[in-house]
Amino acid sequence: MDDHSPLKQTPLHALHVSLGARMVPFAGYDMPVQYPAGVMKEHLQTRSAAGLFDVSHMGQIILRPKSGKIEDAALALEKLVPVDVLGLAEGRQRYGLFTNDKGGILDDLMIANRGDHLFLVVNASCKDEDFAHLQKHLGETCELSLLDDRALIALQGPRAECVLAELWADIATMRFMDVAEADLHDVPCIISRSGYTGEDGFEISIPSASAEDVTRRILEHPDVMPIGLGARDSLRLEAGLCLYGNDIDTTTTPVEAGLEWAMQTARRAGGAREGGFPGADTILRQFAGGAGRRRVGLKPEGKAPVRGGAPLFADAEGKVPVGTVTSGGFGPSADHPVAMGYVDIAHTANGTQVFAEVRGKYLPVTVAALPFITPTYKR
Amino acid sequence: MLKFTDEHEWLKIEGDVATVGITAHAAEQLGDLVFVELPETGAALDKGATAATVESVKAASDVYCPLDGEIVETNQAIVDDPSLVNSDPQGAGWFFKLKLSDPSAVNALLDEAAYKELIA
Repeated sequence: MDDHSPLKQTPLHALHVSLGARMVPFAGYDMPVQYPAGVMKEHLQTRSAAGLFDVSHMGQIILRPKSGKIEDAALALEKLVPVDVLGLAEGRQRYGLFTNDKGGILDDLMIANRGDHLFLVVNASCKDEDFAHLQKHLGETCELSLLDDRALIALQGPRAECVLAELWADIATMRFMDVAEADLHDVPCIISRSGYTGEDGFEISIPSASAEDVTRRILEHPDVMPIGLGARDSLRLEAGLCLYGNDIDTTTTPVEAGLEWAMQTARRAGGAREGGFPGADTILRQFAGGAGRRRVGLKPEGKAPVRGGAPLFADAEGKVPVGTVTSGGFGPSADHPVAMGYVDIAHTANGTQVFAEVRGKYLPVTVAALPFITPTYKR
Repeated sequence: MLKFTDEHEWLKIEGDVATVGITAHAAEQLGDLVFVELPETGAALDKGATAATVESVKAASDVYCPLDGEIVETNQAIVDDPSLVNSDPQGAGWFFKLKLSDPSAVNALLDEAAYKELIA
């Protein structure tokens, strides 16, 4: 990236600075990587109580059908994602993927049915490309807008529901992946029961002008601490969730990435709307017959973290390459190093030992089931 | 005698042996350490060579050998409990003892005042 291009700021930037955050460039934004508590405490706080994250850098997109019929927007979006959007009920959200003609992944996203429109949340680093992609393929069917006047925060952890219930009692009626509208401190918010940590929790879209006020008030609760990008990464890694650009990208397919669960029956072979998304030939062929490699969890056997980019071998001498680590670090809740990566299909069984090259050594790593923690989603 | 490098290491010099660690400033910048790898006792290292590796939750960083010398002792306590480096970086969190090839080379290092100015 051009070092001279000015970093963008989220509506919560001044709040981060006032809280003593260490700020770093991320996806073109000046973002908090950690607060004074540090990554370890922030991570454990989120698993034991509640952590508040600023994710306003992510793209919030509205797709409004010109016909007024939500089915038209759903069917239009289905041309770009291997997801059952038509079957998504009002007030519900679901994970999705934009695919390309080769079956690779352009981005991952959340899709919500908001009754008269679809509401998407996409990655910060991809949002302009995603919006152009949507505009090109859905522009005739839908009015599209990339919102620049809303912040997005996440409140994650076992205390998140109690904290928000003090502001809106009905929050307890929401299930995992529900989406609702509610006033928090008299500010109209869009709330989903979802997140990126493996914990129960919520994501809250707030008008920018009120975002700092609402966020400060939530942070006043004794169970809540602000959490930076550092802990966000270790939390999602323990939860086995993909980071776009690391674990999935245009060179990985949904089947290789182990994301078949994100493709509902209606879009699979024999389904009511089989295929019809970019790369469907490749993806449906892999769905039926498997892919040559697959994303797996990796547990380093020693204490040394194994980071993204480390090559993997079948043998301790580094002679037979079998894959690559795509994300890795230390898991504060797991209390051992954790990683994920791609390995050739013959090495994907849990318990298989492979070797990661780290600083010239070949460290034993065991293929392990994801996630590394037990998620606490309120289904 | 206490000396510092611009790579954020401290050296406590006694005769021709320097006890080496990372400064409180470096430990704070790195954040919570979860892994430390130390050199082998007996290793002869040149100034600037990678002597140790430390890893936080997020990233790995190298600790460089501050002067030419031979590793004569390492601190297993920080391998067993890397958080010692964060809690007591200039005491119990020391890394290794280095027998200096040329003890006079320490004169070129920073004194405490100069190091404080560097990180100010």
